[in-house]
Amino acid sequence: MIDTVIKIEGLSKLYRLGEIGTGTISHDLNRWWSRVRNKEDPYARIGQLNDRTKQGDTDYVWALKDVNLDVERGEVLGIIGSNGAGKSTLLKLISSITSPTRGSIRARGRIAALLEIGTGMHPEMTARENIYLNGAILGMKKREITCKFDEIIEFAGCAMYVDTPIKRFSSGMRVRIGFAVAAHLEPEIMIVDEVLAVGDLQFQKKCLSKMSTVGREGGTVIFVSHNLIAVNQLCSRCVLMDQGKMIKSGTTAEIVSLYSTMASESGTAIKRYDQPLKDGVAAIRSVSVCNNKDDVTSDLEMSENFNIHVEYELGPDAKGICVGITVIGVESNQSVISLPDPELDFSRLETREVGFYRGTVTIPGGLLNSGTYRIRVGITRTSYIFDVKEDVTFTIQDRVGILQALGYERKSALLSLQLPWQIKRSSTGLLEK
Amino acid sequence: MIDKSEIQWDVIIEPKNNMFDVNIRELMNYPDLFLMFIKRDIITIYKQTILGPVWYVLQPIMTVLVFIVVFKNIAGISTDGVPAPLFYLSGIIMWNYFSECFEQTSDTFFMNAEVFGKVYFPRLIMPLTKIVSAIIKFFLQFTLFLIVFYYYYSDSFDLHPNITIFLLPYLLILMAGLGLGAGLIFSSLTTRYRDLKYLIKFGVQLLMYATPVIYPMSLIAKEYRGFIVWNPLGYIIEGFRHAFLGVGELTMGGLLYSTLVTFLILLIGVLLFNKTEQNFVDNI
Repeated sequence: MIDTVIKIEGLSKLYRLGEIGTGTISHDLNRWWSRVRNKEDPYARIGQLNDRTKQGDTDYVWALKDVNLDVERGEVLGIIGSNGAGKSTLLKLISSITSPTRGSIRARGRIAALLEIGTGMHPEMTARENIYLNGAILGMKKREITCKFDEIIEFAGCAMYVDTPIKRFSSGMRVRIGFAVAAHLEPEIMIVDEVLAVGDLQFQKKCLSKMSTVGREGGTVIFVSHNLIAVNQLCSRCVLMDQGKMIKSGTTAEIVSLYSTMASESGTAIKRYDQPLKDGVAAIRSVSVCNNKDDVTSDLEMSENFNIHVEYELGPDAKGICVGITVIGVESNQSVISLPDPELDFSRLETREVGFYRGTVTIPGGLLNSGTYRIRVGITRTSYIFDVKEDVTFTIQDRVGILQALGYERKSALLSLQLPWQIKRSSTGLLEK
Repeated sequence: MIDKSEIQWDVIIEPKNNMFDVNIRELMNYPDLFLMFIKRDIITIYKQTILGPVWYVLQPIMTVLVFIVVFKNIAGISTDGVPAPLFYLSGIIMWNYFSECFEQTSDTFFMNAEVFGKVYFPRLIMPLTKIVSAIIKFFLQFTLFLIVFYYYYSDSFDLHPNITIFLLPYLLILMAGLGLGAGLIFSSLTTRYRDLKYLIKFGVQLLMYATPVIYPMSLIAKEYRGFIVWNPLGYIIEGFRHAFLGVGELTMGGLLYSTLVTFLILLIGVLLFNKTEQNFVDNI
C-alpha cells in the first residue's frame, strides 16, 4: 500500500534580512498608516517582487519558494543541498516551528522533529528527570516514557548515572541521552536534521541503524544532511535543493551524483567558518586547497603536487586532539586517503596549547587519479568528534599526460601513482629462479 | 477508486493570518508536558542554594520588617487599625503573586528562544506553567500569613475574618489572569521592541505604589481617588484584606470592574501572543 503521508504544496517563506529591531517601529507605523488609509502594505509588495537573484535590491528574501513535495509512507527521504539552500527552513516549517508565508503542508500521523538533540534539558536535573522532560517536549506521554524507560537507559548506555545531574555528564553522554529519548518516540513521521555530526562513532552507527529501522517498520523519515555517505546508506529517495527551490527529486544515487557535479562545477576551493569553539575545545576555522604555486584553486593538475590547508583553533584542555583529513572520491563515495595529525602514536595523548593553528599536507602529484574529490576535515579525540566539515571539493585533471597527447584515455583506477617497472629480458626461458 | 490520500489529514500547516485563530483545544493534548515544566521550575530554582524554598518565606518577612520601619514608623502611614505585620504581609503576598506571574511570563519568548526554535508545542504552555509554579510560591507565603494571623487572632486582636474568605480562589484567579495577561502582552511586544524590557523592571515597582499594598485604600484623599479606582489590582488586595482582616473595601462593583479588566487584558494578551508565536523565531 502506497499512500502519501506528507503533501507539500507551493510552500514559500519570506524572510526579512538584516538587523531586526532597528527601524521596525517605523516599518510598523508605516504599515499601520497605509492600512488606515486602505492602501496595500508597502513592504509586502517589495517582498513579492523579490527574487533571490536580485538580492541586493531589498531587505526581503525568499528562503523557500514554491516547494512541492509528496512523501510516501515508509519512505526515508534525504534532503541535500549546499548551505543556504533552504533545507533547514523547510524542516522548520514541517515541524511547525515557524509558519509559512504561502502554501501548505498537510501530514498524516504524529510528527517528531529532531532539529536538535536533548532540547530543553536542564543541567541541574538528573538523567531520569531529563528523560521525562525531553520526552514530554518531544510529545511523548508520561506513561509511554515510563514504559520505555529501561530501554532508553540501555540505549544511551548510562544505567549507572540515572540519578546524577546531567551537568556532570560529558557532552557526548548528553547527546546519547537525547538521542535515546528521540529514538524511542515511535512517531509516524520523523524529521532529522544533522544531529549526527557529534557523538562517538559507535553511537553514530547506532543512530543510523535506528533510523533505517524506523523506515523499515513503516515509519517515514526525512533526513537532512551534508553527510552524503549517510544519505547514501539510509535514503531510498532524495531531493536536491538550491537557493530555496527544489531542483530535483529522484533516486538517491541519481541525486547524490547530481549534487556532486553541481558542487564540483562551482568547486569550493576555500571555506571559512565563523563559529564558537565546540565544547570549548576546538573548532575548524578554514579549509582550503592550493596548487603547487600555493594559489587557492579547486582545479588541479594530476601530475603536480598540491596542498590541503586546515586552520583551526584550540581552546584550553585540548588534550589528545587529532586533526584528520580524509579525501573522498565523489563519484565512488569512497575514502581514498586518510591523513591523521598526529599519526597513530603516543604523541596523540599530548595536550596542545591554546591558539590558532594551520596544518598543511602536501599530496604528491600523480597520487590521485583524475576525478572530483571532497575533503572531510575532522577534529577528534579518541572516539569523540568535536567538529567535522565537508565543504571543500576539488577536481583533478590530467592535462599534461602523455597518454592524452597520444589520444588515449587513462584507465580508471583509484590511484594514478606511477611506480617504476624493473625489466629483464631472456631469450631462453623463464627468468624465475 | 477513490484516492485515499484525499481523505484525512492530521496536521495542516498553512500561513495563519487570522489573529483570532487560537487553538485552545491543542493545549489539552499536552498535560504531561505541562506538569513536567512545573516540576522543572520547582526542582531547578533553588538547586545549589543553602536555604532552598526558605527564601520564599524569608523574602516577605524581610520586606515586612523594612516596611514597618520605613512606612509605619518613619512615615507614619496608617494600617487601617490592623497590626502592621499582618497588614503589610497581606498586601505583599498578594502583590508578589501578581508580580511573579507578570515577570515570569513577560520574557517567555526570550527565555525559551532556544527551545521554541527547535521543537514545536503550544507555546502558551510555558506561561501557563509559570502561573502554577507561582501559586505554589504563593501558598508557601500564605502559610506564613496564616501563622502570623493565628498569632494575632489568638492574642485576641480585633480581626474579623468573614464569609468572603471563600472568595480567595476567585481573587487568586483574577490576580493570575491580570499577571498572565499583562505578561503575555509584554512578552509579545518585547520580541519586536526590546526596550520594553527595561520598562517592565521599574514599571512593576512603580505600579506597586499605585496599588494599596503599603497603605489602605481608605487613606486615599478624595482628589487622588479618581486615579486609584482605575487600578484593578487595588480591589483584589483590598478584597483579600476584607476577607481575612475585616478591613478594606470589598464592593461588588469593584470586583466586577476587576473581572472585566482581567478578562480584557487576558484576551488581548492571548491574541497578541498567538500572533507573535507564529513567526517570532524569525524575529528574535
